[in-house]
Amino acid sequence: MELTDNIRRRSRTNNRFRYLVIAGSVITIIPIFLIVGNLAVKGYRQINLAFFTKPAPDTFQAMMAAVNGEIIPGGIANGLTGSLLMVLLASLLAIPLGLMTGIYIYENESKKYARFIRSLTEILQGVPSIILGIIAYLWIVKNITRGYSALAGSVSLTIMMLPLIIRSTEETMRMIPLSIREAAFALGTPYYKMIYKILIPVSFSGLATGVLLALSRILGETAPLMLTALGSPAISFDITRPVSAVPLLIWDFYNDPNMVNLVWSASLFLMVFVLSMNLLARSVASKHKYI
Amino acid sequence: MSGDRITKGLLFLSSLTILLLSAGIVVSLLGGALPAFREFGLRFIISPAWNPTAGSEEYGAMSFIAGTVITSILALIICIPMAFSTSLFIAEYFRGTRTSGILRSLVDLLAGIPSIVYGFWGFYALRPLLVATGLTDQGFGVFTASLVLAIMIVPYATSLSAEIISMVPAELKEAAYSLGATRREVIFSVVIPSARSGIIASFILALGRALGETMAVTMLIGNANVIPKGLFAPGNTMASVIANQFGEASGLKMSALIAVGLLLFLITALVNYLGKLIIKRFA
Repeated sequence: MELTDNIRRRSRTNNRFRYLVIAGSVITIIPIFLIVGNLAVKGYRQINLAFFTKPAPDTFQAMMAAVNGEIIPGGIANGLTGSLLMVLLASLLAIPLGLMTGIYIYENESKKYARFIRSLTEILQGVPSIILGIIAYLWIVKNITRGYSALAGSVSLTIMMLPLIIRSTEETMRMIPLSIREAAFALGTPYYKMIYKILIPVSFSGLATGVLLALSRILGETAPLMLTALGSPAISFDITRPVSAVPLLIWDFYNDPNMVNLVWSASLFLMVFVLSMNLLARSVASKHKYI
Repeated sequence: MSGDRITKGLLFLSSLTILLLSAGIVVSLLGGALPAFREFGLRFIISPAWNPTAGSEEYGAMSFIAGTVITSILALIICIPMAFSTSLFIAEYFRGTRTSGILRSLVDLLAGIPSIVYGFWGFYALRPLLVATGLTDQGFGVFTASLVLAIMIVPYATSLSAEIISMVPAELKEAAYSLGATRREVIFSVVIPSARSGIIASFILALGRALGETMAVTMLIGNANVIPKGLFAPGNTMASVIANQFGEASGLKMSALIAVGLLLFLITALVNYLGKLIIKRFA
């Protein structure tokens, strides 16, 4: 009798724990539905053609629209162009540098120096983004452009992107079977040709995934840009002058009670854009799982 | 063979940039923080004063260190049951099934949402809910910030924990099952003990994330330059005070903010190092 009681009790706790795990998991993913749902419901109204082609309205225009119950005129064009400019510039610097450093670390793993560079990369990856904003401020805003600038914003984003790309490059390289390299060497392929014609093409999808994930990380970054690019009401492509960015616009709108409707839309757009880039990266990765 | 030499040289040069970059970051932070440390000495670290009035300027980092540590630890405490159940869901109960893949993708999506979107959502959607519970008047403060932070760091803790739980050898678990253990007993007496250090490391690394989070916290913590007096009291973290005040700072105040940045850098580096160390031991 006692034995069956014992078994029954244990099986009951077992079931309870299972439900607890399932309930905990469901609770964990509720926020994602809440966030997407909230933003979609409140943000879709402002998304139209002007949202993408017009720069941000001033607070008076927004107030008048709010008073009259209309949608706020204008959009986020100055943020889009600023984001594009800075992310492009950061990619130009960070992608080649990151790829080469990643390959260097992988190729020289036996050397103490390379392992040291890898540890530095790991530390860099953990540095809070706001600190990279301070650094770009000290280096670029104070000494080079003598004022807030798109260049300073790009530099902070570059430092953020670098470790992400280095790590993903190194990890991708690690998955290439040694036999491919050995086959190339056996045929007398020079080292540099092996890298350009074999290592990089063979691991292309893995490298692309790393780049896309890094891009999706920096596209939503706000804090370092507040200290460097500052923001600008006009569309500008001058890298020595302040520019806006989509996340910076969200911050500006957030601080202006008249603009609330526009924040919902800008947040919705930024989230959808970043998440689709994220999903794209993952689908590239899963399609080419085996090199 | 010159192609080889050029390639090797280029690869080496690019690795040098990491060295220069890291050295440059440390040197610039130290240089920028120097005036503040020269003025206040090590008292800067333990003083909770923050008075930018010209003439009687006095700065200390303690309020922000306290704000950072309290919000991050609280976020970690909220995050632990969530990450723990999702990682068991993914790597144990529904291991290898479609459901587990879907849950994993959903949790990963949480990591993709930009910090400022979390902040905005927390401000307009979560804060009114907290006000409605009657626990807080304004809805700003340590607890609101921690709650959003917890949601933000769950994916980091989950993905590593799940990976480590799935690495527990099947033989160990099967041996326990064959002795008649229930699944819960296998989890608590086999899976968790053998994955313990990895799970701890995943939470430490998630903590490292929380320490440096800026925008969402800045928008929710209430921005008061004091040591938070309670769960629902306003405060400021090291990252949020920099985000809030760097733009209009100059002279000694800017140096003090850079010094706060330097301390934040050291704290996150230390926490991340600890996490990585445990993982390396484990692997």
